[in-house]
Amino acid sequence: MNLKDRVAVVGAGCSKFGEHYDRSSEDLVCDATFEAFADAKIEPGRIQAAWVGTMSSGSSGTSLADFLKLYNIPVTRVENYCASGMDAFRNACMAVAAGVYECVLAVGFEKLRDSGQRGLGMFGSHPVVGYGTTAPSLFAMAANRYFKTFGVGKEVLAPVAIKNHHNGTMSPKAHFQMEVTADQVLKAPLICSPLGLFDCCPTTDGAAAVIVCSRDLAKQIRPDPIWVKGIGLAVTSGEPYMKPGFAYTGFPATRLAAQAAYDQAGITPKDLDFCEVHDCFTITEILNYEDLGLCEKGEGWRYVADGRASIGGEVAVNPSGGLKSFGHPIGATGVRMIYECAQQLWHKAGGRQVPDAEIGLAHNLGGPGAVGCVSVLGNS
Amino acid sequence: MAGIQAAAGYVPRYRLPREVIAKEWGQPSAGGEKAVANHDEDSLTMALNAALALRGSAAPPDAVFFASTTSPWAEKQGAPTIAAVLDLPSAVRTVDFGDTLRAGTSAVLAALDAVAGGAASVLVAAGDTRLGEPDSPAEQSFGDAGAALLIGGGPGAAEVVATHSVADELVGTWRTRDQEFPRAFPGAFEAKFGYARALGEAIKGVLTKAKVAPQQLATVILPASSPRAPQGIAKALGLDPKTQLQDSFWTTVGDTGAAQPLLMLAAALERAKAGDLVLVCGYGDGADAILLRATGNAPAAAETVSKQIEVKRTLPSYGRFARFRKLVKKESGAGDVSSPVVLWRDRKELLPLYGGKCPKCGTVQFPKHRVCIECGHGGGLTDQKLTRSGKLFTFTNDFLFESPDPPVTHAVVDLDGGGRIYVQLTDCDAERVEIDMPLQLTFRKLHEGGGFHNYFWKARPAQ
Repeated sequence: MNLKDRVAVVGAGCSKFGEHYDRSSEDLVCDATFEAFADAKIEPGRIQAAWVGTMSSGSSGTSLADFLKLYNIPVTRVENYCASGMDAFRNACMAVAAGVYECVLAVGFEKLRDSGQRGLGMFGSHPVVGYGTTAPSLFAMAANRYFKTFGVGKEVLAPVAIKNHHNGTMSPKAHFQMEVTADQVLKAPLICSPLGLFDCCPTTDGAAAVIVCSRDLAKQIRPDPIWVKGIGLAVTSGEPYMKPGFAYTGFPATRLAAQAAYDQAGITPKDLDFCEVHDCFTITEILNYEDLGLCEKGEGWRYVADGRASIGGEVAVNPSGGLKSFGHPIGATGVRMIYECAQQLWHKAGGRQVPDAEIGLAHNLGGPGAVGCVSVLGNS
Repeated sequence: MAGIQAAAGYVPRYRLPREVIAKEWGQPSAGGEKAVANHDEDSLTMALNAALALRGSAAPPDAVFFASTTSPWAEKQGAPTIAAVLDLPSAVRTVDFGDTLRAGTSAVLAALDAVAGGAASVLVAAGDTRLGEPDSPAEQSFGDAGAALLIGGGPGAAEVVATHSVADELVGTWRTRDQEFPRAFPGAFEAKFGYARALGEAIKGVLTKAKVAPQQLATVILPASSPRAPQGIAKALGLDPKTQLQDSFWTTVGDTGAAQPLLMLAAALERAKAGDLVLVCGYGDGADAILLRATGNAPAAAETVSKQIEVKRTLPSYGRFARFRKLVKKESGAGDVSSPVVLWRDRKELLPLYGGKCPKCGTVQFPKHRVCIECGHGGGLTDQKLTRSGKLFTFTNDFLFESPDPPVTHAVVDLDGGGRIYVQLTDCDAERVEIDMPLQLTFRKLHEGGGFHNYFWKARPAQ
């Protein structure tokens, strides 16, 4: 289904991201969703169906309905690893584009800090096969392979952390507002070699919400809806570490999802003004540049080092600060990216505003690079 | 006449200098060092890895005997794990021998009886990880190792000339069900009235049966709880300790319990010449004596005992050793879970390590999927046994992973002959891990989820 200009975002909200020991999932979801309602200037009763993305902080549609008392309508929980949020948004867009509903809600949330767990814990459920796979370990294995293949070292990762933390200082809702130096990044304690503490995004609590409408209703609700130009989703092997021949220098799920989104939107990467990409780890952002087609394979490290991914550069990547600085409450992230795209396209992003932004991309990546979801949005 | 078809020893990589133990407790050092099982090793994995190193008979043995005073299980056999990893047919007899340091030689005698009774061959695998009480001479003395012998109808590496056993009721060294550490009655009581007397009687018995004089023996294998222990017997028999006594490896490996005589035999057979008479003895609640005549044709094991003694990693501290052996208390844990159901259902993949091969595109893959991971062929894959060697494709040293020996190295390994597997590396220095390094698979304990031992393969640098 080509989504181009058939659905639009008419309201967006986002809770403060961070370490919210004193706040519950309910608080965060209500903050984000009521902000979205206020943004769209509509009442909750207008919502005809809803999708909620959460990886492990709730089960079923009730995980959203109970917080908002959004009862008696279809509510579906979506889980697709770290891409749960954007897949919830995608499902909402598809349902509206199919003509089943006119006004729906997509919410993402995650409450990671209640568990005390470091990171997300282990993937998989088999007692011994794949035992020990965690998010940092899997992306670290990609980093070591990338270094070997392209003859670079750990130092190429630092510019990603520096850029995203800098952008985060201009994001009031971000988990962190602090600059980091190359020295800090490179000398930080190792988590999974070669990735150190500042190569990893934090574990964050947060929620985000967007309201999606049909073309006709969107124009009635506000004069400046954010148009969905295309969305792609691709699922590849969830066990790339046992897939013979898998190169570990990029993620086909991103390439496939991006191509689908570009095709629907009728654009190429050159048309993008900014991107919100899934920088769960610094290496991931470098691989994303290449997989999204911003540069050639093996050139991603140079792309960021040369400042081409900075605000004011060729394509501003993660003006929000990204997962690295804005934080990564798993299910919330994909919806938070749509929120950020909307702020940029409404030119309401304050100090981090990408000048004259007209078209942006959001990229969510789940599991060991297995689930790729890419959305292209525009303001005209 | 039945004989030893092949022999192999297994010495774990880690060493703890006795000086480190001595310094910890303010005691004198007994000198040398002891081999220490890695934290992911136990008596069963060491016995098993010795069995995997055996070369020789192609036909599967009719029985598998596992000998140890320290089986990881109190109720449940270890031998079926060995049989499963070796991919033996289900019609195999499995028996565990335990409860005495003589368990290793007694298992060999039982294997010889089985062959005499019609079995084509029997695998005997021994391993011990005896825990000496902290701040005791035993802690310095005990070392960890495994060994395996294939007993069969032909001579192979050595034929059996005669055997003799004696039983002896004497409380010299013991461990009750409630005790964690073996105890020995203080003084020379057991040395004189247990060890020397029982072994002397068994040796005299076997030499009389074979009409062989002590001077004709090329090598005598006497269990050694200390370097001094065998000297009295050697003297009484008129042996030349320098030329006739097999090194017990006490100084380099330690007293390896039930595995010790078998480990010494594996080393002796590596250099034995045709016609050499080798006497191997076990002691504990009596004694076993087995007289062998070497053929000089011992099939080389994957790694010789002497090579394994050379290749080592020294533990940096007593604390690390104490953590390996769970002598220090840890209350927070990894929280591993498991499922005996899944382990049973996948046993053919997990133990003998079968993957699948796509009949359409030929891709070898692990686990064995229903649908080919490469071409999507949905008609099922054929069984493909994976090789146990390969090359490191990529890795990470994980500092978050709960381990007694951090960091844990996770690795993607491309196996020789096809198939890609995700395993942990073990017995290696994380700083020296590099892409493309050659690796060998080794069978280890992964965790204790579900309250039991969860075994799987890991990889270690190839030697």
